[in-house]
Amino acid sequence: MISNLLNLTGLFKFHGGVHPPEHKLESTTAPIRVIAMPATLVLPLRQHVGNLPKIRVQVGDRVLKGQLLAEAEGSVSAAVHAPTSGVVMSIEEQLIPHPSGLPDICITLQPDGEDRWIARKSVNWRETDRQVLVASLRESGVVGMGGAAFPTQIKLRPNGKSSVHTLIINGAECEPYITCDDLLMRERANEIVKGIEVAQYLLGAERCIVGVEDNKPEAAAAMRDAAAKSAIKIEVEVVPTLYPSGDARRLIHIVTGIEVPSDKRSTDVGVQVFNVATVTAVYRYFEFGEPALSRIVTVTGNVRQPGNFEVPFGTSVSRLLEAAGGSLPGTHDLVMGGPMMGFSLPSSAVPVTKATNCIIAGAPELFPPPPPAMPCIRCARCADACPVSLQPQDLYWFSKSDNFEKARDYKLFDCIECGCCSYVCPSHIPLVQYYRYAKSEILAADRAKQAANLARERNDFRLARIEREKQERAAKHAAKAGGAKAEAGVDDDAKKAAIAAAMARAQAQKAEVVPQNTTDLPAAVQNEIAEIDARRGDVLEEKQDN
Amino acid sequence: MLIALLVMIGLALLLGIVLGYSALKFKVEGDPLVDKIDAILPQTQCGQCGYPGCKPYATAIANGEADINQCPPGGEPGMLALADLLGVEPKPLNAEHGLPKPKAVAFIDENTCIGCTLCIQACPVDAILGAAKQMHTIIASECTGCELCLAPCPVDCITMEVIPEKVGNWKWRYPVIEIKTVDEMKAA
Amino acid sequence: MSQSPYISGSTSVSVIMLKVLLALVPGIAAYVWAFGSGVLVSLVLASATALVSEAIMLKLRQRPVVPFLLDGSALVTGVLLALALPPLAPWWLVVVGTLFAIVIAKQLYGGLGYNPFNPAMVGYAVLLISFPAIMTQWPAPLSLAHTQLGFADQLHFIFSRALPDGVGLDAISSATPLDYLKTQLKLQHGVAEISQAPLFGALGGKGGEVVVGAYLLGGLYLLQQRIISWHIPTAFLLALAVLAAGFHMVDPAHYASATFHLFSGASLLCAFFIATDPISGPTTPKGKLIFAAGIGLLTWLIRTYGGYPDGVAFAVLLMNICVPLIDAYTQPRVFGHAK
Repeated sequence: MISNLLNLTGLFKFHGGVHPPEHKLESTTAPIRVIAMPATLVLPLRQHVGNLPKIRVQVGDRVLKGQLLAEAEGSVSAAVHAPTSGVVMSIEEQLIPHPSGLPDICITLQPDGEDRWIARKSVNWRETDRQVLVASLRESGVVGMGGAAFPTQIKLRPNGKSSVHTLIINGAECEPYITCDDLLMRERANEIVKGIEVAQYLLGAERCIVGVEDNKPEAAAAMRDAAAKSAIKIEVEVVPTLYPSGDARRLIHIVTGIEVPSDKRSTDVGVQVFNVATVTAVYRYFEFGEPALSRIVTVTGNVRQPGNFEVPFGTSVSRLLEAAGGSLPGTHDLVMGGPMMGFSLPSSAVPVTKATNCIIAGAPELFPPPPPAMPCIRCARCADACPVSLQPQDLYWFSKSDNFEKARDYKLFDCIECGCCSYVCPSHIPLVQYYRYAKSEILAADRAKQAANLARERNDFRLARIEREKQERAAKHAAKAGGAKAEAGVDDDAKKAAIAAAMARAQAQKAEVVPQNTTDLPAAVQNEIAEIDARRGDVLEEKQDN
Repeated sequence: MLIALLVMIGLALLLGIVLGYSALKFKVEGDPLVDKIDAILPQTQCGQCGYPGCKPYATAIANGEADINQCPPGGEPGMLALADLLGVEPKPLNAEHGLPKPKAVAFIDENTCIGCTLCIQACPVDAILGAAKQMHTIIASECTGCELCLAPCPVDCITMEVIPEKVGNWKWRYPVIEIKTVDEMKAA
Repeated sequence: MSQSPYISGSTSVSVIMLKVLLALVPGIAAYVWAFGSGVLVSLVLASATALVSEAIMLKLRQRPVVPFLLDGSALVTGVLLALALPPLAPWWLVVVGTLFAIVIAKQLYGGLGYNPFNPAMVGYAVLLISFPAIMTQWPAPLSLAHTQLGFADQLHFIFSRALPDGVGLDAISSATPLDYLKTQLKLQHGVAEISQAPLFGALGGKGGEVVVGAYLLGGLYLLQQRIISWHIPTAFLLALAVLAAGFHMVDPAHYASATFHLFSGASLLCAFFIATDPISGPTTPKGKLIFAAGIGLLTWLIRTYGGYPDGVAFAVLLMNICVPLIDAYTQPRVFGHAK
């Protein structure tokens, strides 16, 4: 806080944060390599936050590169496209990269090797209406490439309440091991800058700032050079390397000093943040008509040739590991994401999705198994490290004892699960695991509560309806008096008879559901059946003898 | 002596008046107990507790006629919440009223349904769509799994399908820290 | 399957406790130099009792014994208690105090991390209340003692309470500076006159002030190693100093100076080693300041107006009671929230 008062750099500092060893040099020595098209592409429908897209192809369809396979449904949704031309082999549940290890619906594509495009159309976005452009993004399949995978068209919508005055492009890449954004900035800075220009046009921002951590000097230099050539003013801010400065709200605070209120979106305070790769994808969609078909993925850790690859979505992780020279012996885990916030993959047979920024082959030397957890000694190192200024030890005690109300009161849902607390805990308590569990349980309980409230309403309405109908009937009866009574009686009897008849028919129907293919069979078939029955009889006799 | 007595009585009266006045003036209108209990119950409306719905059961608990351990869909968490609310000792669920089961949703076999509307009349939350002689179907999102539709169906065409765990409803598990050696992990 | 984070940059509980013990070494060395080697016997007795009783309790509670013994927390408790007790205390006093500290104040509350009270201070308080006479029998600083006992004699005294022929208890013991101050003030002597007594050195008691200075060095080491944060030592010493200086300025004859309060008794030991016990203290930075200031205030009050010469132990225990309340009301502002 005091450094904020003596603000010489113009940058602000957030509370806490840690400095894990970076491990970035391993994968930045070689340029981005393009991976050869694999034999199969498995495209999950669920590659983004929001509704599942609606499937628009069938098994056996021939599709072209960039063709729409599934259409965005609802306002928060993203489309899925074919990364290359080929044939739709199946639409069924396959293993996906998800911490649960559960499968999900995927469209499997078999590339035909021709890589034929659909008819692409580029758009002169500078002269096109903003609303039209943003609406067209719904079919682009572009989602946040920093790992959050939020459909980008939602973030570029001009917000009715307040306009965005500051656009921040996130090139911080604060997690160790991950270098895909670093290489993208080094090699394709011009495209990123074009993407920034598009975003600035759509949002009308007055200030465009690119945030880069100071452990990426080449990337910062490349961005500066490219920004200098741009028609709009783009500032490149080099921020001190500190994990997790790449978190959107943290980066906003570092670069502008603005603290986005916890219950509001950043656009409510006039700021929007995009990953460098996301704006590039938006630019390519407008400029070349290319929907989101591939991304840069860092493959590192216990592999022979760590590096970055341009990977079509749906490529299996095993294929990626091959491209990186194969995993070295001793690899005991595959992590998607970074070592602080990533998750273990159920196997290497899962596909790369829009959110896959990095694959780390884990080994005991890289990720040593943690010692057994000791009790919490209330040292509060975790509270000192938390970038959100939470009290992780309190949240731990509440989550551990299932005291979810208190956990919510102590702002559990402000936790960004960055892992700084677990990183510094001297008792080696896996704090973040408790928070994930508690959040899961609380969300499930909230959903159950909502469902219960709805059920209560429906039940109340039903009871009220029955009451109302009873009263209406009573009123009718009172009006009709004598003769009506006899009719009502008859009605009841007739109803009962009808029900009995229906039941009898249904029983008969059930009894009739016998195989239809045992009458009028040709002689040969009848003989075969007789033989089989005889054999069956012999076998049964043998069994009884034994 | 007399003065001391008078002073004490006077103080008692004064404090009593102050307390009584505060009790009335600053009274916080809270939910009646029945509503509070009903808010805890899962609203399955299954009747396993012995009462025709969750509200009647809540009323019975509030009147002291029913015990807190008669609700299988609420399970142990529900019983503990009731115990906490009422300030009584938790007790194990009463097996006479049924055992907790994984949440399931009813499903009508459309080949067998005869369109008799008996299940529609039985459903406490109107979660069955249909009309006389028309196909009936369960609105899965509204079904509470109470199983009240199974009995009335004359053709036994309704089954209960347990809701499977999918990516969409998966929950993180309570952390269990395995202590394995590196060799065991490599072998796995 | 494991979950993130897959890497860790943390120290461990045993390393933290080890550094605390290292920081106490200068203090122990100064102690031996100023008061003789009897304190080493207490240290060994207390450490052994602490480890053995912790092992037995862990076994009874069906917890893994080795990891918890190796974390060093029992050892630190034993050592701190031994440093707080009179060096020539009988062996059973040390053992009983340590047993109380480990078994009742620590293990019966749930073991490491669960004790609401500082175990060493609980042991000390129990001994002080149960055996007040022995607890006030401190040895004279070696520079002032009429007779200096050899190590063997000290050992013999600790275990059998028998002194060598011709040596009386008065020859080796004396009142502590704080005790002397209290009794003399009651006898209507002024502070200035009292501090002329040979018992007093430049800053505090003779001999004692060296030990206290060594504790300060150890405390600074802990600060540099980030084992403790600056909040508790600063707030405690500041509160004590400000109160003492304030009253001394107003009435120098009846109230001792700030330097005297800071450099005598267990002030510096408390500031850096006792009050900073993370388990029984608050977790929020503001909370630590309030907690430590409270200890400073209570220490001064008990020393000046209370019945005991040194108030640190009771002050710490009283503030331990307030810790949950302090924690609840000093929660820091969360990022993105108004307060």
